[in-house]
Amino acid sequence: MADLHIPDALLVKNYIDGNENSLAILIKRHESKIYGFIYSKIADRDISNDIFQDTFIKVIKTLKSNSYNEEGKFLPWVMRISHNLIVDHFRKTKKMPMYRETEEFSIFSIMSDDSLTIENKMIADQVEVDLKKLIEELPDDQKEVLVMRMYQDMSFKEISELTGVSINTALGRMRYALMNLRKIIDKHQIILTN
Amino acid sequence: MAKIYSKKTLVTKNLKPKKEVVSFLLNYSKALTVVKVNDKSFEIIAN
Repeated sequence: MADLHIPDALLVKNYIDGNENSLAILIKRHESKIYGFIYSKIADRDISNDIFQDTFIKVIKTLKSNSYNEEGKFLPWVMRISHNLIVDHFRKTKKMPMYRETEEFSIFSIMSDDSLTIENKMIADQVEVDLKKLIEELPDDQKEVLVMRMYQDMSFKEISELTGVSINTALGRMRYALMNLRKIIDKHQIILTN
Repeated sequence: MAKIYSKKTLVTKNLKPKKEVVSFLLNYSKALTVVKVNDKSFEIIAN
């Protein structure tokens, strides 16, 4: 892994000079940080992929047109681009109509607070903690698949690639994980409701 | 109705963009040439 020793600035310079491979190294080096950052704000895989793509299209255009000035570091610069694109995304999707309160129309008729009460929130948190404990009881292979699917939002295809088993095996493990969870819940008469 | 109790933990490690996205970007980069003439810049995509 000689790639690790080449600093970003040099890779950027090489890329501007026409070395396409440098871009591949830069993307590989930073993809999980940048994608993780986007996903932490967007919480949707597909939109995150789109924003990631748009981010690097901007990066490529800027670098190719020689308008990049190496003032700061590469990663913070890319992060700032993705941050701006995230803001744009929210601006586009969260366009809210404006209502004005009048005598015959109360603003509260269209507003409601559907967040959980403190008690329900505590119960929900408790259920979550209990569930995590139950998941810990599962055999390792089933636990792995369940955590990747439910908590990390990965597809079965990705899970099978990452764990090196076939999709059907991953599906089977998920099925057994759920069956085992139900069994444990039934056996100990655990009530998971809110 | 099945209830989903798990909350997605948003700070997950090793999240990566799709391979298709990365390969698109690399190909896009190879295809793109930006030509500057005076103060105008032109993007040329070779395909």
